[in-house]
Amino acid sequence: MLERNDLAIKKIFSRPKSLRDMQTHYCAGCGHGITHRLVAEVVDELEIRERVIAVAPVGCAVVAYDYWDFDCSEAAHGRALAVATAMKRLRPQNIVFTYQGDGDLAAIGTNETIHAANRGENLTVIFINNAVYGMTGGQMAPTTLIGQRTTTTPKGRQEKIHGWPLRISEMLAQLPGVKYIERVSLHTPSEVLKAKQAIKQAFKNQIDEVGFSLVEILSPCPTYWEMSPPEALEWIKQVMVKEFPLGKIK
Amino acid sequence: MMTKRILMTGNEAIAEGAIQAGCRFYAGYPITPQNELTAYMARRMLQVKGIFIQAESELSAINMVFGAAAVGERAMTSSSSPGMSLKQEGISYLAGAELPAVIVNIMRGGPGLGNIAPSQSDYFQATRGGGHGDYRCIVLAPSCVQEAYNFMGVAFDLADRYRIPVIVLGDGMLGQMMEPMVIHSLNRKAKGIEKPWALTGCQARKPNVIKSFYLKEGDLEKFNLKLQKKYRLIQQKEACYEGLFLDDAKTILVAYGTMARIAKNVLYKLREKKKKIGLVRPITLWPFPKGIFQQLSVQRKRLVALVIEMSYGQMLEDVKLCTDGKIKVEFCGRAGGGIPTEREIIKKIATL
Amino acid sequence: MTEEIIIAGAGGQGVMLLGKVLAQAGLIQGKYVTWLPSYGAEVRGGTAYCMVIVSDKQIGSPYIDKADTLIIMNEPSFRKFYSYLKDNGLLILNTSFINLAESQLYKRRRVVKHPFTDIAMQMGNARVANMIALGGYLAQKDIVDQRSVIKAMEEMTLTDKRELLEVNKQALYTGLKLYGKS
Repeated sequence: MLERNDLAIKKIFSRPKSLRDMQTHYCAGCGHGITHRLVAEVVDELEIRERVIAVAPVGCAVVAYDYWDFDCSEAAHGRALAVATAMKRLRPQNIVFTYQGDGDLAAIGTNETIHAANRGENLTVIFINNAVYGMTGGQMAPTTLIGQRTTTTPKGRQEKIHGWPLRISEMLAQLPGVKYIERVSLHTPSEVLKAKQAIKQAFKNQIDEVGFSLVEILSPCPTYWEMSPPEALEWIKQVMVKEFPLGKIK
Repeated sequence: MMTKRILMTGNEAIAEGAIQAGCRFYAGYPITPQNELTAYMARRMLQVKGIFIQAESELSAINMVFGAAAVGERAMTSSSSPGMSLKQEGISYLAGAELPAVIVNIMRGGPGLGNIAPSQSDYFQATRGGGHGDYRCIVLAPSCVQEAYNFMGVAFDLADRYRIPVIVLGDGMLGQMMEPMVIHSLNRKAKGIEKPWALTGCQARKPNVIKSFYLKEGDLEKFNLKLQKKYRLIQQKEACYEGLFLDDAKTILVAYGTMARIAKNVLYKLREKKKKIGLVRPITLWPFPKGIFQQLSVQRKRLVALVIEMSYGQMLEDVKLCTDGKIKVEFCGRAGGGIPTEREIIKKIATL
Repeated sequence: MTEEIIIAGAGGQGVMLLGKVLAQAGLIQGKYVTWLPSYGAEVRGGTAYCMVIVSDKQIGSPYIDKADTLIIMNEPSFRKFYSYLKDNGLLILNTSFINLAESQLYKRRRVVKHPFTDIAMQMGNARVANMIALGGYLAQKDIVDQRSVIKAMEEMTLTDKRELLEVNKQALYTGLKLYGKS
């Protein structure tokens, strides 16, 4: 005879506790929503929601604090890792992470990024690389690919004028203070799962006091890539990963 | 606690005052003439188990202070004029996020790299907000080493009470000079101010958010009105000055910080010669002690105010605004390393 | 009484310490004192100086533009500061490093010249030239007394540097003796 429990419908998928029940402001096909959710799932699974302090960037994810249901701070453009450094030093019992875009982390905040990494701050960094400035309307980012058209590179990015796409993760990997860097992508469900594992690793490292851990996430921006969401995912797969190869960097 | 008089530099006195006031986070970047303050903090924070960080830039230092303030710690940074220009971004964000913090500016000559001589040329920057947006910082101006120490207690209390950045404005001379002073207790009530808004992890409470971003139409205006209300309250309650011989003075000297010391000497010298000189020394530069100027200009139409600054007339504008053309306001000032001497001031007074 | 003293020399000649001892002695006697150093880039040029004011009254500017006394330990400092001395001011010169034996510049000033560094080397430590100069100053002017200076030196000496205190005291006495005081 069947037990009552065998018949009950089990809930196997639900909204993470760390994610608020609301609609985000992100464009269709944007990677921020997925990444927010992955972070929230990891925070729930590691049972650190009540210990977490997030530092949101200036960029499209500026209002991440509206979506996450834990303590959050804003930071001036590029300064998230300076803000987070002080927080973690003063409150080592908390889990402090920054969530930053390419312009924030690798252009205006390069100095803060390099020096926080070089000090080996025990922090977790979620780095969204979508090769473009989203919030300000699609300008060239430090990570914009050669030939990629943006509002400030109307003829496409050219090495001679604009320099090359900045592989900041590879740069940071040179520093002894950096303990873990992995580049992941969101272009297929299986890649999304890998991304989640990397995010989890970066948080675990902080809990275990391993040190500075960063996950770079190749994330679609259909709006400023002027593509449909499926095309954007395909572009990551066909083009972007060639410049930014996936996998563990350190 | 020590009650013995000891010799200390202004820079060190400021740092010790901060420690005594419960400051447990300092981030800074080297710049003359305030380096002794940073070095003192590096030593002292080790002793009191606080955090000291030599930041990679002024921007980073002020943003570290932002982070420290956000988690509820008494935090400070210090710099000198060119470094203060860089810090303005962070100060605007502190004001926008209503975070308490103390920022010390040991002013030097400008503009640009200028020089390292004492100056009072950052008065506008300090009292008008300095960064972008409609905000103010409370600005305290100590004029001796003992005050430099004492005012740190006041600065942290005001910062916590009003959730506002407080600037302690000195100059290279105050920072570098040694003077006898007493390290006394700065225990104050506000030290125990609760910070339920601080980010500490959302255990047994709703999540807290620290932000200065108000995108929804109308929200930012509402927030600004709230700030303006706070600023009015501070103007009503916290303006502070020292007045000397205001009852019978026919000429009042107006000076702050180091310049007020020199003005005071002039005053006493001329008083010995029976000259009717008085002095107003603004202690809070913002809020500016408007009241005394309004009162004097209404009661005593024939009074002359002589504003003396190590700048080309920055506080002068505040004195003119407060007196509203009702009394004569004259000026005596030098900058770029020049300091008005007693002789120059006495000569100027003779021409009034 | 207000005494304004500029002490100048090369880095390493102990001019800052000389000034601090004077200021501390003034503090011990309950006087108003200020001590203002040269700082930052200025120090790189080879001239370090400090300005000390000892007074019965509150002190306005700690910066001195007309000094009652100059204590000068080397020639570049002499050139930089001689014009700061008041008429009839006291000029104390370390002739070990100043070659202007007779100078127009000495006119209307009380000049006291001795090879402080040579004397210090004879004592076995060139670095105490500053305290010999201080002894010379104490012998000339009655601004702070010898007892307060000794007490200041004792207060300022770290416990693990006691042997240096003796050497410095001896240097001070040597300076006083140069002018027949002890």
